[in-house]
Amino acid sequence: MKTREELRAIRERAKAALAVRDSEGGLRVVVAMGTCGIAAGAREIMGALLDELSSRGLSDVSVTQTGCRGLCDREPMVEVLIPGRPGVSYCRLTPQAMRRIVADHLVNGQVVNEYAIGAGTEA
Amino acid sequence: MRELSLHVLDIARNSIEAGATALQISVVEEPATDTLELTVRDNGRGMDAAALQRATDPFFTTRETRKVGLGLSLLQATCERCGGALEIRSRPNEGTEVRGTLQLTHVDRPPLGDMGKVVQALACEADRTSLRYRHQTVGKRFEIDTHELRKELGGVPVTDPRVLCWLAEFVKNGIISTGSKA
Repeated sequence: MKTREELRAIRERAKAALAVRDSEGGLRVVVAMGTCGIAAGAREIMGALLDELSSRGLSDVSVTQTGCRGLCDREPMVEVLIPGRPGVSYCRLTPQAMRRIVADHLVNGQVVNEYAIGAGTEA
Repeated sequence: MRELSLHVLDIARNSIEAGATALQISVVEEPATDTLELTVRDNGRGMDAAALQRATDPFFTTRETRKVGLGLSLLQATCERCGGALEIRSRPNEGTEVRGTLQLTHVDRPPLGDMGKVVQALACEADRTSLRYRHQTVGKRFEIDTHELRKELGGVPVTDPRVLCWLAEFVKNGIISTGSKA
């Protein structure tokens, strides 16, 4: 059961982390949330992404959304942006695939080729 | 859409795309009249009369990249299939209100589904667009406002993944506590 007390505990932990956080960061994940993405399961992808970031303590990865990207048949899609590297779009995701992308790509810098499309085509 | 909450997410995304800074979502269950009412209200750029007239036409959209806009027409089809209707009010530069009603006990009505995850997804944009969610059943009500949450959090952003994970569960449990049948 989630309570207000739990929220206050998160606040205290997060505040402590803010004080020690280094300033590299700049990592971003953009989840496509158009009608097509939502119908294909983007909400579950978002949920898995946030859960994985939360449990790994990766609170400085910014998560944003965009609309339909014109590849409706390949939804759910996300784009991973790491400063100084080409952006990578991932398609036909499952929650498990999203968790793997957090571990392999965001944490270890390895593109998950199995789900990637258009690597290097987007800045 | 398999769940009504996914329709709500889709319509609320329109509000964010329309530049809204405040978004209000309400779900009201009224067993007495056998209705379920979903409302998404924003203070975004709104629509003029001509756009409003065509808003539920699947082959109408204001974007230039594609020729279709399916969100509102899909919700309208769901409402009408379940003995209800879709109503849209809008004024340019003031905002838009989308209200869908469905027969609560209609055999074809999709479940409301995981509204906690929908609030979570929308709260990712809480820095730009504040969100108030209200869920009402007979004599019971659950409400949450990201603006209030922000105050409660001090300097910690609402968009912190730990906060968003807490939020999804908090909303889910809050809705259960209203005795929701949706």
